Amino acid sequence: MMIKFLQLLGKSTRASFTKLGRASFFLIQIVSGIASVLPRPRLLLKQMYSVGVLSFLIITISGLFVGMVLGLQGYYTLSDFGAEETLGVMVAASLVRELGPVVSALLFAGRAGSALTAEIGLMKATEQLSGMEMMAVDPIKRIISPRFLAGLLSMPLLAALFSAVGIIGGQLVGSGLLGVDEGAYWSQMQANIDFQDDIINGVLKSLVFGFVTSWIALFEGYDSIPTSEGVSRATTRTVVNSAFSILGLDFILTALMFGDD
Amino acid sequence: MDKSVSPQNSLVSVKHLTFTRGDTKIFDDISMEFERGKITAIMGPSGTGKTTLLKLIGGQLFPNQGIINIDNKNVHQLRRADLYSLRKRMGMLFQSGALLTDMNVYDNVAFPLREHTHLPESMIRTLVLMKLQAVGLRGARNLMPNELSGGMARRVALARAIALDPMMIMYDEPFTGQDPISKGALVHLIKSLNNTLGLTSIMVSHDVQETTAIADYIYVISGGKIVGQGTPQEIKQSTSEWVQQFMTGTADGPVHFHYPAKDYVDDLLSSGKRY
Amino acid sequence: MQHTNTQDTLVGLFVAAGIAGLFFLSMQVSNLSSFTEHDSYTITARFENSGGLKVKSPVSAAGVKIGQVTGIRFDPKTYQSVVSLSIDVQYNNLPEDTTASIFTAGLLGEQYVSLEPGGSDDYLKNGGNIEITQSAIILEKAIGQFLFKSAEEKAEGKKK
Repeated sequence: MMIKFLQLLGKSTRASFTKLGRASFFLIQIVSGIASVLPRPRLLLKQMYSVGVLSFLIITISGLFVGMVLGLQGYYTLSDFGAEETLGVMVAASLVRELGPVVSALLFAGRAGSALTAEIGLMKATEQLSGMEMMAVDPIKRIISPRFLAGLLSMPLLAALFSAVGIIGGQLVGSGLLGVDEGAYWSQMQANIDFQDDIINGVLKSLVFGFVTSWIALFEGYDSIPTSEGVSRATTRTVVNSAFSILGLDFILTALMFGDD
Repeated sequence: MDKSVSPQNSLVSVKHLTFTRGDTKIFDDISMEFERGKITAIMGPSGTGKTTLLKLIGGQLFPNQGIINIDNKNVHQLRRADLYSLRKRMGMLFQSGALLTDMNVYDNVAFPLREHTHLPESMIRTLVLMKLQAVGLRGARNLMPNELSGGMARRVALARAIALDPMMIMYDEPFTGQDPISKGALVHLIKSLNNTLGLTSIMVSHDVQETTAIADYIYVISGGKIVGQGTPQEIKQSTSEWVQQFMTGTADGPVHFHYPAKDYVDDLLSSGKRY
Repeated sequence: MQHTNTQDTLVGLFVAAGIAGLFFLSMQVSNLSSFTEHDSYTITARFENSGGLKVKSPVSAAGVKIGQVTGIRFDPKTYQSVVSLSIDVQYNNLPEDTTASIFTAGLLGEQYVSLEPGGSDDYLKNGGNIEITQSAIILEKAIGQFLFKSAEEKAEGKKK
């Protein structure tokens, strides 16, 4: 019994290591394929559409609501201490540092990541990738790299939109509904949100998340078992693994970025 | 290298090829020659790895032993760039057609031209319409792949496979699952393309009637070995029990139709892929 | 072709919106605008105690933000806190006898420098110094004083 368990453990460890190895090798191929995307902006543009534009609505609407909820909750807590004026700081700091990059990345994984995995998995299942290879077209360069680049570029834009819309949402609730002074909302925010520490770090976070999510999504699709069940499992794995990676990396990045002061 | 076996006129020659997947020997020391300008068919029951053979020839899979030469080049020793330039001269027709689902028929046929040439769009248009005309689907150029029937999809894929005017073309089960009219159309197409373009054709199939109608030479494989070879006439008159069973479609015989299910799973997992 | 054109336009809109979002975050939300927006001049004020004042704390006059704190250092000779204030150039008519005080916005809010203009006809110039200052009110001190005072009063009351 024990031996069997250990065997199983060893087997799954080995399997996850070989998978990690494949994923790393895949990443190297993707990144080296990016060079051949640049002279063909049309490929990138098309993917920016399906990855970015199609995620636009869900990101902005979620951002608006998250900001409004932050405005409400923040107001109730802060008014207990007579510090409603700092509502803007609270909303903006939460969004720019954490919620913007993290929540938009989670939504991105659910919306765009799963779609990427399913698309690549089905292309594999229907021999499109294989067919492309036989036409002497490298599917990594033609299919994978443009999608990766599009994900990488879209993520910071989506996160910025999420935060910006959220801050406006917080202001709508805070000063529109609850009567926080609008000038104080903005000026307190400007006085306390630092461009370098908060905005740039937030953008860096979202770049990292975009990188990881796109990588996971594309790899799971490319590595999927080419059946409908295999593809559906791969899609699930994309969302689950992306969520874990985003949250885990967020902790590490936060510790690195904001740990010093 | 055993040069004596290869006839002067062969474009592709497979020598002592062994390929295993897991514990199963898919091919066990087989040698074949594919003559220039001829249609050579590989026949055999399902699951004998006929598709695998095409992937080996295309350099997508690596053999455990043996060599495959195309135009006197060892496919599996080519550098990546050379392999890709060789593939530009090889067409392959997948069983499913493998059309790119996010493009219409026109763009699918134009795809290899746009990827590999810098021709102006007007010339691409002319070429695409010529290829579509050859397969009789010029009128279907604006349809999306999901609007095509299986037979039409294969014809579009054929038009795409000949877009770059290759020296050879590989057909993977071109007749499977087709209605008699589509089958007839494909038989006619393969034959006429071979004759008019001077292609070398390698065809994998288990459809006896259609294959014997157009093939110049046939290999019958089973259990990883070649069990019979010759012109269609010779094959039909073969004394081999295996060949006779296959050609006449008798249920009982020396061929084991029940293969372990593991094979299939392994095939889908296809770990030896060249990605 | 129409199809791809719409796609291009939408991608263009998306990228523009994303960049606008980043721009909004940089200029409207963060302090980047206060670095770049206007020219400013610097004056210094000496406080006995600058309390919880920080770099980038706002400087306001009559409740309107006119600049920010750019530096706080300790002067080892006078044992005072020397605070550098960067004032927007458009407010270059602050009288020389302006008073600087450190106040707190709300009970737990952050501290800021409040300037109260005096009546002098000479104005503060770049590198000028504010003479009259009022230090930050340190909460612990204030509470301590209050408790001490009330205890004293109680004691006096008992004597009577």
